[in-house]
Amino acid sequence: MTANIEATVQAAEAAQPATRNARPLRLITCGSVDDGKSTLIGRLLWDTKAVKEDQADALARDNRHQQNDLGLPDFALLLDGLQAEREQGITIDVAYRYFSTDRRSFIVADTPGHEQYTRNMATGASTADLAVLLVDARAGILEQTRRHATIATLMGIRQFVLAVNKIDLIDYDEAVFNQISAEFRQFALSLGVTDVTAIPMSALLGENVVHPGTASMPWYSGPPLVEVLELATQRTAQTVGFRLPVQRVSRPDESFRGYQGTVAGGSVKPGDSIVVLPAGSVANVKQIVTFDLVRNAAVAGDAITLVLDRHVDIARGDMIASIDAAPALGRAFEAKLVALSADAITTGKRYWLKSSSRRQRVRVEPKTRLALKTGQWDGADSLPLNSIGTVHLDFDEAAMFDPYETNRNTGAFILIDPDTNNTVAGGMIVERTTRVDGIDAGGERDHVLLSLPEDLADRLMASEAFADLRDHVEIRRVSGARAAAVLKDVD
Amino acid sequence: MSETKPPLDPNLKALESEAIHIFREVAAEFERPVMLYSVGKDSSVLLHLARKAFYPGRIPFPLLHIDTGWKFREMIAFRDRMAAEFDLDLVTYTNPRGKLEGVTPFTHGSSVYTNIMKTEALRQALDAGQYDAAFGGARRDEEASRAKERIYSFRTPDHRWDPRNQRPELWSIYNGQIRKGESVRAFPLSNWTEVDIWRYIQAESIPIVPLYFAAQRPVVERDGMLVLAEDERLELLPGEVKRTETIRFRTLGCFPLTGAIRSTATTLDDIIGELETATVSERQGRAIDRDEAGSMEKKKREGYF
Ligand SMILES: Nc1nc2c(ncn2[C@@H]2O[C@H](COP(=O)(O)OP(=O)(O)O)[C@@H](O)[C@H]2O)c(=O)[nH]1
Ligand SMILES: [Mg+2]
Repeated sequence: MTANIEATVQAAEAAQPATRNARPLRLITCGSVDDGKSTLIGRLLWDTKAVKEDQADALARDNRHQQNDLGLPDFALLLDGLQAEREQGITIDVAYRYFSTDRRSFIVADTPGHEQYTRNMATGASTADLAVLLVDARAGILEQTRRHATIATLMGIRQFVLAVNKIDLIDYDEAVFNQISAEFRQFALSLGVTDVTAIPMSALLGENVVHPGTASMPWYSGPPLVEVLELATQRTAQTVGFRLPVQRVSRPDESFRGYQGTVAGGSVKPGDSIVVLPAGSVANVKQIVTFDLVRNAAVAGDAITLVLDRHVDIARGDMIASIDAAPALGRAFEAKLVALSADAITTGKRYWLKSSSRRQRVRVEPKTRLALKTGQWDGADSLPLNSIGTVHLDFDEAAMFDPYETNRNTGAFILIDPDTNNTVAGGMIVERTTRVDGIDAGGERDHVLLSLPEDLADRLMASEAFADLRDHVEIRRVSGARAAAVLKDVD
Repeated sequence: MSETKPPLDPNLKALESEAIHIFREVAAEFERPVMLYSVGKDSSVLLHLARKAFYPGRIPFPLLHIDTGWKFREMIAFRDRMAAEFDLDLVTYTNPRGKLEGVTPFTHGSSVYTNIMKTEALRQALDAGQYDAAFGGARRDEEASRAKERIYSFRTPDHRWDPRNQRPELWSIYNGQIRKGESVRAFPLSNWTEVDIWRYIQAESIPIVPLYFAAQRPVVERDGMLVLAEDERLELLPGEVKRTETIRFRTLGCFPLTGAIRSTATTLDDIIGELETATVSERQGRAIDRDEAGSMEKKKREGYF
């Protein structure tokens, strides 16, 4: 039933094409330096009339920079808002920009192309629904193009637009466009990405950005960029059960106790049974309170206050979840990491890990590092700035996550260096560690196999006593017949 | 609480939820948060969102108004009315140098005046309150350096912003870890545009200062700006004539430095309609933003909001 509510909400959104009736689509532009990312966004803003005259005048007054041949302002300057960026003529940090068409509004992150600023590209990618990957038609696919596509995919982006830019500089050559797009599609497939729209483009001249470029490219019959963006889908991977990371407990007076947070997955309605993690206590939802009214349902993305039918001990950092589809609880997880700091991520150092509203101590053990040239994951014991790797996470206390693949909210985390307070890595949970070692290897110790009906097992596992022991228990859900067959072989 | 009203459209709903999330996160993570309240439209939206975020509780932090002494009179009246109506902890602060050294927008020029009466005043007030987090209503679509700013924007103990060295901010996971003396500016409206603000004001019936609506008002033209001539402290310069025009304001600040626009927009629908066809940005009416490119970044580095 949770799925139904969401499906209806999304269908309603899709049916209404007007700006005000859809959530903004978030996208990033990426690609190598000078491929035209900032120019493209400037052009998007200009052609959708998001740039106002006084802002354009300010660019014109900035006389260190010329207007281009078309008498239009240097679009890149609209984006490169920091003094250092203007001075060096490059993009250093992510800029967020806003524009809209009659059908939809957009938040676009302009990310830097230089390898040394890869971390800023990863930052922009973390929230994006779609990536526009630019290549210079004269140069074709570069190592940096592959790197950005790889990072974007890792961060969960599954929709790509390949913008073959500066097509004006190769005389609108169809053969070159076809060759570059074929090469990219091939590469995207190796990343598991099938949703690629390739567009021949001149960001500078505004061809196939907002307006079609038919006059110079009669051979291209596909849509201009903005049409692809209007039709793109939003990431709604929150198909797992209900999740409410508790941000704060609201106790305005003795009679009221509510748990405030943003629904991070699934949906909830009064009467639903929930489990509180990590403690494992169970309760039912009594009310969903918001400022406007008492609601009869809330879905992913809603900021709510939840009232339960009984008193349970809940604090900031806990997670309220569906009783029948709770996240993984454990002390050890496997994750992918993007290193964001000049100090490498190393084994043995303890970091703060923040995920949703929960902050806890963690020890990080790097395992492999992605060689962006070859796409291979090589063995590694440290992760320097801008590198991507897999790591093993060891917690002092129980942690709970979903795989990032199934829930971007409850599967993502950041690492904070306790010495500098800097954010030093962004991480994505792969799975709970299933390795069996230490006492759990159990060679010597006796183990007990239990087989019991599912509802009974769930009640048992939801209990507080069980929560702490969860790491030591192996669980399989099978049919009654299969359980009987397995146990028959054991005496 | 409002009666039955149509549900928010998904765009505004998403922006609202994000802002509420940020409010709750900061309130939970910091010891002494404060909300900058400038009495303008963005502050009105910010206040409304704060009330929503903590409902049914009260807003768990004070509101701080940096009063330069040169605000529109209607703004001050509105501010005090809101504080009473919504039971707010309102703190107001004015830099004593204003009186002591006679710092005014007329005598010191907009740049020096702003630096002393706004930026320095803000630093003094934040130090006095020992606030470790300050909410502001800034939006990324306002200006190019703001487009680069994080939602949690880290400040050194002397309130400086280092745009070259910002903490990466991934997903909606905010790093609120600071040392004593350091602070964070938090921007719940980062992803809102000016049109979003007006649509939300309309959808939620949020009260705003009447100066935003067109009416016949006395003005003089000065440096290409229409200055409201209601205040006895405005001395007319030789050649200036007071006349009555139908005007309104797109942003509100200090009356001598904030230009009006000629407009007949008397309703929210009119204002939104006007905005959708506007060809100049909202900051155009502000004298302090009209210096060379990069001036906002400079002010922000020094502690301006
Ligand atoms: N001829 C041509 N030049 C372009 C085009 N797009 C961008 N440029 C130029 O390429 C240079 C680099 O662009 P910029 O947007 O700063 O690249 P970024 O580093 O990817 O942000 C600038 O001089 C642009 O004017 C295009 O479509 N055609
Ligand atoms: Mg650029």
